[in-house]
Amino acid sequence: MDLKTKIGGVIFKNPIWTASGTFGTGEEFRDFLNLDEIGAIVTKTVTLKAREGNAPPRIVETASGLLNSIGLENKGIGAFKKEDYSCLKKLQTKVIISIAGETKEEFEKCAALVADKNFPHAIELNLSCPNVIHPEAKHSLIAQDASLTEEMVKIVKKSAKCPVIAKLAPNVTDIAEIARGAENGGADAVSLVNTYMGLAVDVQSMKPVLGNRVGGLSGPAIKPLALKAVWDVYGKVKIPIIGIGGIMTGLDAVEFMLAGASAVEIGTANFTDPVIYKTILKEFKEYLKRKNIKSAKELVGKLR
Amino acid sequence: MKKTERKKIIKGTISSNRAVRPDHFELTMEAPWLSKVSRAGQFVMVKLSDKFTDPLLRIPLAVHSKNAGGISLMYKVVGSGTKILSEQKKGTVLDVVGPLGNGFNDEPILKKKGRVAIIVAGGHGIIPLYLLAKGFREKNIEVKVFIGAGTKEHVLLEKKLKKTGASVQVATDNGTLGHKGSVVALAEEYLKKEKGEKAASRDIKHYTYACGPRVMLNALSKKLKKLNEPAEFSLDAYMACGIGACKGCAIKTVSGYKLVCKDGPVFDMRSIVF
Ligand SMILES: Cc1cc2nc3c(=O)[nH]c(=O)nc-3n(C[C@H](O)[C@H](O)[C@H](O)COP(=O)(O)OP(=O)(O)OC[C@H]3O[C@@H](n4cnc5c(N)ncnc54)[C@H](O)[C@@H]3O)c2cc1C
Ligand SMILES: Cc1cc2nc3c(=O)[nH]c(=O)nc-3n(C[C@H](O)[C@H](O)[C@H](O)COP(=O)(O)O)c2cc1C
Ligand code: FES
Repeated sequence: MDLKTKIGGVIFKNPIWTASGTFGTGEEFRDFLNLDEIGAIVTKTVTLKAREGNAPPRIVETASGLLNSIGLENKGIGAFKKEDYSCLKKLQTKVIISIAGETKEEFEKCAALVADKNFPHAIELNLSCPNVIHPEAKHSLIAQDASLTEEMVKIVKKSAKCPVIAKLAPNVTDIAEIARGAENGGADAVSLVNTYMGLAVDVQSMKPVLGNRVGGLSGPAIKPLALKAVWDVYGKVKIPIIGIGGIMTGLDAVEFMLAGASAVEIGTANFTDPVIYKTILKEFKEYLKRKNIKSAKELVGKLR
Repeated sequence: MKKTERKKIIKGTISSNRAVRPDHFELTMEAPWLSKVSRAGQFVMVKLSDKFTDPLLRIPLAVHSKNAGGISLMYKVVGSGTKILSEQKKGTVLDVVGPLGNGFNDEPILKKKGRVAIIVAGGHGIIPLYLLAKGFREKNIEVKVFIGAGTKEHVLLEKKLKKTGASVQVATDNGTLGHKGSVVALAEEYLKKEKGEKAASRDIKHYTYACGPRVMLNALSKKLKKLNEPAEFSLDAYMACGIGACKGCAIKTVSGYKLVCKDGPVFDMRSIVF
């Protein structure tokens, strides 16, 4: 059985990865998983300077979902390199560093600083975090504006020495248009989706539950929406799509690949069970075996 | 700093699960390793559903007590997760991740001979503190417990604590048990009397551990700071992962946001920004 996937010239051992912000640097899961088995680890988004994150409460469970407003809490690229790169480099798997910024300049500088000798294997550009404000964007997210998305990808591509994946937001009218913007900017792939904007209300206090008032919704609740987003982009761009949103089982991963994803990322599921990655990979392999499918690639876009 | 044990997923058989109050349950599960390694103030993340629906996430519960073969959890039924837990029958297998968090630091007491442990709890905040009190009593250390609750029906563990030899005082809002009024006032009064003339001087005879609603801890910290008392508080936050991966359980401290699941749940009182 061949699980390998090639994206932006990089070969990944399997198409099932872990999503940014839900898997730390992987270290948090070392007690539970063999990290080297993972197709790729996408690390929590880092920014040029440290960010302290949003006021608590930052998370609340909603029906089959999780609403979060972490606010990109991170120690900044400098400290991240110093403290976490050595561990990440030792992993026998691919590491994708997720970066974000508030301005073009920040994106550019951060992308330049990320690069180290043959590391990371790819950069994921978080153009879609609902929890930060972008002064340059007409809309609240970069990934809500196709030309700004194109421009950001272009800037990062210039300084990046590895493939660049543009992570898109689902809160848009036409996600294919944004994906084309990313492609025009030179992105090697697009990943979708980030969380859907949402609100939870506390009737007792008559206030929003989250400190930041609004947050991003993830988990099984968004799976059909995310599948549709992947399906909408498939065929509209030539670059590969990485599917994300509510994947809890191996069969969920299959669904995303059938809809057009070349790889998938596991997010919220990691919180429900720190060993869930292993289960998902096992179920995914069992499906291929049952269906007598020789290569995982055969699944991509098979949905008619 | 104490060595942190590796975290594990433990699947243990429930040996009992019964109501100890109309809405409070105590569940005992087989988990010899957890019983051996977990400390007072640490917690586990309990899985309640395989269907990824209601609840989607695990819920954090403190290690309430330990015996050779396992641990016990004590919980109040407040929502869907705790409701499901209350319906689990003896013999079923419970899936928990632990031990998590730092736990209480017993060194200030163990390292200073003659020091008295003051324990202040609001509501079910007493649940994690029981194990701490019991541990001190087994070493013959003097323990003064102050429990606060709304009414008599909400007072937990009073008898069990007395059995360890700790002295226990209760305060209820409506006066149905013990003193009428706040547990904070009760603890303050005790410390003031103990310290007498030297009420504002640094205290090396007492060390306070507390857990309870945020408003109560805030009030307590103001009093303890005035009395120059050392203390540590166990805090509560919504949690998604329990292992430091989501950054969802942040609380404000004097050195920025800290994670309740990883840096806590126990924090030095003076580091907490209320
Ligand atoms: C470290 C730690 C240890 C804990 N130990 C215990 C314990 O030993 N015994 C015990 O009874 N409870 C304990 N709790 C609280 C317990 O985790 C919550 O009561 C539980 O998650 C509620 O789950 P549920 O699905 O039943 O309720 P939900 O349906 O999720 O919520 C019901 C109500 O409870 C509130 N709530 C839910 N979770 C929390 C939370 N973490 N903090 C404050 N309010 C909350 C909600 O706002 C809602 O009003 C602990 C919490 C933490 C963080
Ligand atoms: C607590 C939390 C933190 C997240 N942090 C980030 C982040 O830092 N960067 C990012 O690109 N996406 C972040 N995400 C979004 C996820 O990577 C993912 O796109 C989204 O949760 C949908 O997938 P899921 O339903 O499988 O969780 C975060 C999601 C959650 C739940
Ligand atoms: S609960 Fe996820 S970091 Fe604390």
